[in-house]
Amino acid sequence: MRNDGKPAVVVGAGPAGLCAAIELKKAGAPVVLMDENAKPGGQLFKQIHKFFGSREHKAGIRGFDIGKELLAESLRLGIDVRLKTEVVGIESGLKVWAVEDRSKSYTLDAGKLILATGATENALSFPGWTLPGVMTAGCAQTLINVHRVLPGKKVLMVGSGNVGVIVAYQLMQAGARVAAVIEALPRLGGYGVHTAKVRRAGVAFHCSTTILRAEGKEGVEKAVIAKIDEKFRPIPGTEQILDVDTICLAVGLTPSIELSCLAGCRQIYVPELGGNMPAHDDYMRSSNESVYVVGDIAGVEEASTAMEEGRLAGLHAAWAMGYMDDQTMKTRTNETRERLQALRQGVFGQKRFAAKERILAMRKDA
Amino acid sequence: MSNNEALKTTGAPSLEELRAVGQLASEEEMEGRGCLCIECIEEIPCNPCQTSCPQGAITVGFPITNLPVIDRTKCTVCGLCIPACPGLAITIKSVKDDRARVRFPWEYLPYPSVGDTVRMVDRLGRELCDGKIVSIINPERNNKTAVITAEFPRKFVQDAISIARRNIDV
Repeated sequence: MRNDGKPAVVVGAGPAGLCAAIELKKAGAPVVLMDENAKPGGQLFKQIHKFFGSREHKAGIRGFDIGKELLAESLRLGIDVRLKTEVVGIESGLKVWAVEDRSKSYTLDAGKLILATGATENALSFPGWTLPGVMTAGCAQTLINVHRVLPGKKVLMVGSGNVGVIVAYQLMQAGARVAAVIEALPRLGGYGVHTAKVRRAGVAFHCSTTILRAEGKEGVEKAVIAKIDEKFRPIPGTEQILDVDTICLAVGLTPSIELSCLAGCRQIYVPELGGNMPAHDDYMRSSNESVYVVGDIAGVEEASTAMEEGRLAGLHAAWAMGYMDDQTMKTRTNETRERLQALRQGVFGQKRFAAKERILAMRKDA
Repeated sequence: MSNNEALKTTGAPSLEELRAVGQLASEEEMEGRGCLCIECIEEIPCNPCQTSCPQGAITVGFPITNLPVIDRTKCTVCGLCIPACPGLAITIKSVKDDRARVRFPWEYLPYPSVGDTVRMVDRLGRELCDGKIVSIINPERNNKTAVITAEFPRKFVQDAISIARRNIDV
């Protein structure tokens, strides 16, 4: 039975939200997609590298091209995309409170709510961290790839996960020199093929190393790094001074869970995937049956997994609203889960797979 | 499987780590038309090398986290997989007499020109020797990953992997 014409409201027009909205609209369900930014696409338009995965995951295609494809599809389908629209509240009965262009406030009754709000980059504090020139890796990536502004000429990257290593590479593509990538753990975090291409460009990698302080008058002029012991304590006498004008922090992300808290979704703690996040089942439903959580809010992974999670939620919500028959929902859901599963294997995927399994188990316990 | 100590501490695989997974080609294999070299020793979910090959010479299979395996009897060293690899992990190496060539992916500006003298680098980014640019191609299908061929002295063939960036204004 179709529910009185109330639309599914998707919050966040990144890869996960776009895919959820596309699935809903394709099924014929009314859908409203809201994003606080002036442009949709989330972080996809900053991703100038070719994606991994298989053909079904759009492997080999550069992130911004995937973004363009998703936008074209959403336009073709005629999805109601509301930009510069901030969702500031969720009231009981699934009333979505939105503020448009920082001036017009309204509420919208949602049939289903899909939260695709993403994640926020973590910061790291150390003496000098407020100097101009210290920024998150994502900030540097936005500057070079969206605004075409090089934030500095000599960069220290803090953190060797895929974000740190990919942004280090892209900073070099933009014309900067990367002095070093440092990592607090004894082993590098990112994919070996990413570290290898950065290393062959002459970038030093230092494991078991932290930043002690940034120095400079008007902005960053030097970074002081040092080796750390197994308890992450700096080892005296191992300090090294790097002449850099930019320090990028790539030290993880935290799911942006505020709206899921307002919607009453039960929160759980999963450190491997970024910390506190709403529990969800294998249709991406939170503890509130009408609220789905997809992409980084449901555990920090990658754009490719976010897109599949978005599709899972979109399919289920379309079915739950009466716009998709049982068989179609089942078949499409299984296909999507298989693609998702393929991305969660191998040395890197297994940890995320295990964490996701734990989330599903916690959801069932609730 | 080894724990890839060099890869996970220096950023680049060592010759031993490549050899351990059958990814270090011998100079015999590089004779004449050359041979494909894929340096992908970690299980990551990725298979465009397989789907890009018109000869079916590269197999990743299922799961897609398997390491790629090259069938050298099928590989024609056409090089289509070089720009297809999102990890920029594929090269073609060849040797003839005392000279060697490496064909590798390149995504930095400015591009070198044919005939330019460049500095060859190893996996750790150390400059090894001079090299000469033999060709540079960047057709539409490469999707902005140029493929460059450089020639250099044969004794550096196992270590040479790319060229040094040039004209860095810092």
